Amino acid sequence: MLRRLLILAALAFTVIVVILPVVSIFHRAFAEGAGAYWTAVSDPETLAAIRLTIVTALIVLPLNTVFGLAAAWAIARFEFPGRRLLLIVIEAPFAVSPVVAGLCFLLIYGAYGPVGAALADYNIQLMFNLTGIVLVSAFITCPFVVREVLPVLQVTGLDEEKAALTLGANGWQMFRHIVLPNVSWGLAYGVILSAARAMGEFGAVSVVSGAIRGQTMTLPLQVELMYNDYNATGAFAAATLLTFLALATLALRGLLHHFGPKRDQAA
Amino acid sequence: MTFDIRNIRKSFEGTEVLKDVSMEIGTGEFVALLGPSGSGKTTLLNIVAGLQHPDSGTLSLDGEDITRLSAGARHFGMVFQSYALFRHMSVAENIGFGLKVMPRGSRPSRRQIAARVEELLEMIELPGLGERYPAQLSGGQRQRVAMARALAINPRLLLMDEPFSALDAQVRQSLRASVRDLQQKIGVAAILVTHDRAEAWALADRIAVMGEGRILQYDRPERLREAPASEAVRVLAADAS
Repeated sequence: MLRRLLILAALAFTVIVVILPVVSIFHRAFAEGAGAYWTAVSDPETLAAIRLTIVTALIVLPLNTVFGLAAAWAIARFEFPGRRLLLIVIEAPFAVSPVVAGLCFLLIYGAYGPVGAALADYNIQLMFNLTGIVLVSAFITCPFVVREVLPVLQVTGLDEEKAALTLGANGWQMFRHIVLPNVSWGLAYGVILSAARAMGEFGAVSVVSGAIRGQTMTLPLQVELMYNDYNATGAFAAATLLTFLALATLALRGLLHHFGPKRDQAA
Repeated sequence: MTFDIRNIRKSFEGTEVLKDVSMEIGTGEFVALLGPSGSGKTTLLNIVAGLQHPDSGTLSLDGEDITRLSAGARHFGMVFQSYALFRHMSVAENIGFGLKVMPRGSRPSRRQIAARVEELLEMIELPGLGERYPAQLSGGQRQRVAMARALAINPRLLLMDEPFSALDAQVRQSLRASVRDLQQKIGVAAILVTHDRAEAWALADRIAVMGEGRILQYDRPERLREAPASEAVRVLAADAS
């Protein structure tokens, strides 16, 4: 009896909070027919938003992959002053509200901020353009790779790396042949999570984007813009694109989970 | 070949774990570092391997000072207690790793590496297992693969850190004999770290008995029994074998 009640409660909650909203996105997007949906999706502003979102992700992901790997390795393998602090600071983006993060960037890198003002003399503008969007997206997604890779490094331990060194491998060979393959699943996981977040981020990006139509609107911003313009079909059509991204992320996560580690963990 | 360890000292956070250790190892000699945990034997082995650096003292091989040389440049083969096999590489890739990462000029061809790997698999009596992965091997097989991987680079010195400790008694006995055979066949000098007296007595030409960061006595097993330098060595020698 209790078991059934629990299962029922869990199902009801999932339906109300997760499934219904997702289904309603598609329902509303297609309410005026497939033709209207297609027109909305192929609207030049929406296409520009899609392009900007993807370009941002393509710049942010390599940055955070390299930084995340380096930071995780440094934290896992070396003792250095500030190691604990680094570990906490890397997690800060999880704790800080994205809007606050965006404001911080504006304060420092904006035209009236110390860095922004100095750069303005050289005609370099960091905020309200792609640079600003990339910067805050990098900030928001910086913990994911570290958080996935660090535990893997801590579990695998040092011995394989030491063995590679005694066999004559240089630092780069050791990293490429030993460290990278060992963390590859965790790394892939972290990159997927970063990608999902980078493409879906609203709050921080909305502060620094400047909301220039067709230029600095990412997909989530475009959804809000169209909704406020009473263009519900357009807003929901763009929302379905974000939903597809989210579903693809979930599918990839599932695949990684299914084919990932465990198989050769016994060594 | 003579390997010379001179006045090695090493401290960790104010605790001296090696207090002026000196010893020398001759051509083809099999030496055991015997002592309880905390005696400094593993630290000494890591310093010899180049994985840790001494605070003072020198290491020299045939008169060449190698104290500042990196682990890889020393060209010593190391067998780790955990074996440290590369889990995502096949047995053949594990054994060939040291050859594959050699600088372009001196690196053997793919075919030469494959031939060397085959030869080593024969030598450790695991022919045909090259395609397996470490997780698919028994403990004894892993140990032998680790040995083959260390020998593949034609090491100038073979270092072993408790190589039998993870194995059950029966496998341990048979592997001991085969490790000794391999070492003699190749003629490489070897240093074995162990806390197992019987193992030291069964394998080593000379045993360095270690305690609290010093070498208490360094001599042939029978000499340790006949003429122990201290009460500690006498007790140890009497209990062994």
